[in-house]
Amino acid sequence: MSVAVTTPVPTPTTSAPARRPKPRTERLSARVSSAGLNVAVLALTLAWIVPTLGLLINSFRQGGAFNTSGWWTALAPPFNFTLDSYRAVLGASDLAPSFFNSFMITIPATLIPTAIAAFAAYAFAWMKFPGRNWIFLALVGLLAVPLQLTFIPLLTLAVKLGLNSGNTLPGGLNAGFLAVWIAHTGYGLPFAIYLLANFFRVLPTDLFESAEIDGAGPVTVFFRLVLPLSVPALASLVIFQFLWVWNDLLVALIYVGGTPEVAPLTVTLTNLVGSLGQHREYLTAAAFVSMAVPLIVFFTLQRYFVRGILAGSVKG
Amino acid sequence: MDGSLGLIVRMPALEIDWATLVSVNLPTLLFVIVGVPLALVGYIVGSDVLVRRLPKRSQSSVRPWVWVGPAILFVGVILVYPMVGTIVRSFFDRHGSTFVGLGNFTRLLTDGGILIVLRNNLLWLLLYPGLVLIFGLLLAVLADRVRYEKSVKTLIFMPMAISFVAMAIIWQFVYYYKDPSEPQTGTLNAILVNIFHGQPITWIQDPRFNNFALILIGVWGGTGFAMVILSAALKGIPGELLEAARVDGANELTVFRRIILPLMMPTIVVVGTTMVIFALKAFDVVYVMTAGNYNTDILARRMYSELYSAGNNANASALAVILLLAVVPVLIFNLRQFRAVESRR
Repeated sequence: MSVAVTTPVPTPTTSAPARRPKPRTERLSARVSSAGLNVAVLALTLAWIVPTLGLLINSFRQGGAFNTSGWWTALAPPFNFTLDSYRAVLGASDLAPSFFNSFMITIPATLIPTAIAAFAAYAFAWMKFPGRNWIFLALVGLLAVPLQLTFIPLLTLAVKLGLNSGNTLPGGLNAGFLAVWIAHTGYGLPFAIYLLANFFRVLPTDLFESAEIDGAGPVTVFFRLVLPLSVPALASLVIFQFLWVWNDLLVALIYVGGTPEVAPLTVTLTNLVGSLGQHREYLTAAAFVSMAVPLIVFFTLQRYFVRGILAGSVKG
Repeated sequence: MDGSLGLIVRMPALEIDWATLVSVNLPTLLFVIVGVPLALVGYIVGSDVLVRRLPKRSQSSVRPWVWVGPAILFVGVILVYPMVGTIVRSFFDRHGSTFVGLGNFTRLLTDGGILIVLRNNLLWLLLYPGLVLIFGLLLAVLADRVRYEKSVKTLIFMPMAISFVAMAIIWQFVYYYKDPSEPQTGTLNAILVNIFHGQPITWIQDPRFNNFALILIGVWGGTGFAMVILSAALKGIPGELLEAARVDGANELTVFRRIILPLMMPTIVVVGTTMVIFALKAFDVVYVMTAGNYNTDILARRMYSELYSAGNNANASALAVILLLAVVPVLIFNLRQFRAVESRR
């Protein structure tokens, strides 16, 4: 960070002169447009949350009520709200281990692809090597590979290598975890590299040049310059990868399938809803239980989306 | 809902073994949380030390491969290896034994049903990326100017935190249809009947509306994704640049068109490309809402059913190859784009 601040980079316009007081009419029009702004933002937000709001309210209603009346009718008295659905979901005994398994799968399956993608993106953006553009393009093209197609050949490979769940690796690690980490890393890398390389590429060239003059090697430049300057991009990538893995059901089913010791929350909840019969109200509660962790992660990482990380330097 | 996956392995009832959980698993988790980052940093620092020992001349030719090596290895095994097999298989019959040349493709493309699939994919391709980009950009730029930005962004982002099984339930509550003689329980039909005094519509079954209804679900889910990336790029624009333009008398629209938009263009291309590819391989929404019925089928869903229901590996492979070919124009556009960025250095 310190390098970024001390490196003098010319700004295109001279620093902002002192504000002159605005005339009265301008202040009025500013107030009108600010009202319009707030209305637009609130209207869009409202439109976005109505579907989820319907689910949230239905999750607190008496079982089956949503078959006969719309969710909005519950907002009028008498308020017949109940926690039954949540009790049924949270009371299920196998929820605690699968929460744990979800973390066990998601944390490495987020860290590994993010780090490997950052290494590769740095090379794609700032190093010269033969075939660089073509390899990068091929990576972007691989975004289009339908994951469903890779399951059968990869599962065969995993079994051949002994990476099927149930096998225990040295250190007591269930081999199923390793298989899921590797799979999610491969699936996540094309997008991760594509996103990061494009953010790295627009970092100011002068920064790298002056760092090189100061004698900094690529490892130093990467950890002291590139990463700190790309915090918003890294934060968004971490969020996406975390969510994809946390919410994934298909990949988890394929690679850890029927083994309860490694089943993540999504698998357990899906089975749970099945074993509770056709109780759609349980699924409504289950949806919110599984949403809690991703939303906490998103809210925590939001503080990295702030202006000024690139302060003192110019993009483009 | 759960049976629809067709792949679910029923799980036996489980007794929690708390002793194992605390004594074995918890240390493993801690070990992993510390060990994985350590291994990753160790790899890059360690290999750089090794590279530095090489003669000066070969350092710069070896070093890039150290940085891209792990990515190429993972992608090679997880994506390229199965894809090569698929491309080969698309030229063989369904048993994988007889070479049929382009036979699978001609058979697929002359089948009447595929035309609907291609038309639907075209609809997704035209509407989904455009709407996601417009709403994502609008929300990123507008939310940047209000004090409650964090809350707005969290709420818009919320659909991304929802697994697609739950998403199906949410939208059933929105699109639900009841006979006009009964009170409507679906949000959209209730608005239609109670406020506009219209007839309820079978949003999911009616071929006039259902593709748009499904694309809308996709847009609802994808906008948060676009918004977060675009917002990250927006925050990267130095504040003093915007302030300087405003002081010089530029109005907000000019600031947006002349400064914000050009500086965000590389990121808009990234999000746009990703969205086009997501539209091509859209799967989840159609899969959980209609399973491809009522003329809503799309390429990736059709491929899935060829593979797992019909067991026709040849057709599935041919569909996957069509999907990959459709991405080529997007790739060419990208190549031009980053050559342009390069030449500006």
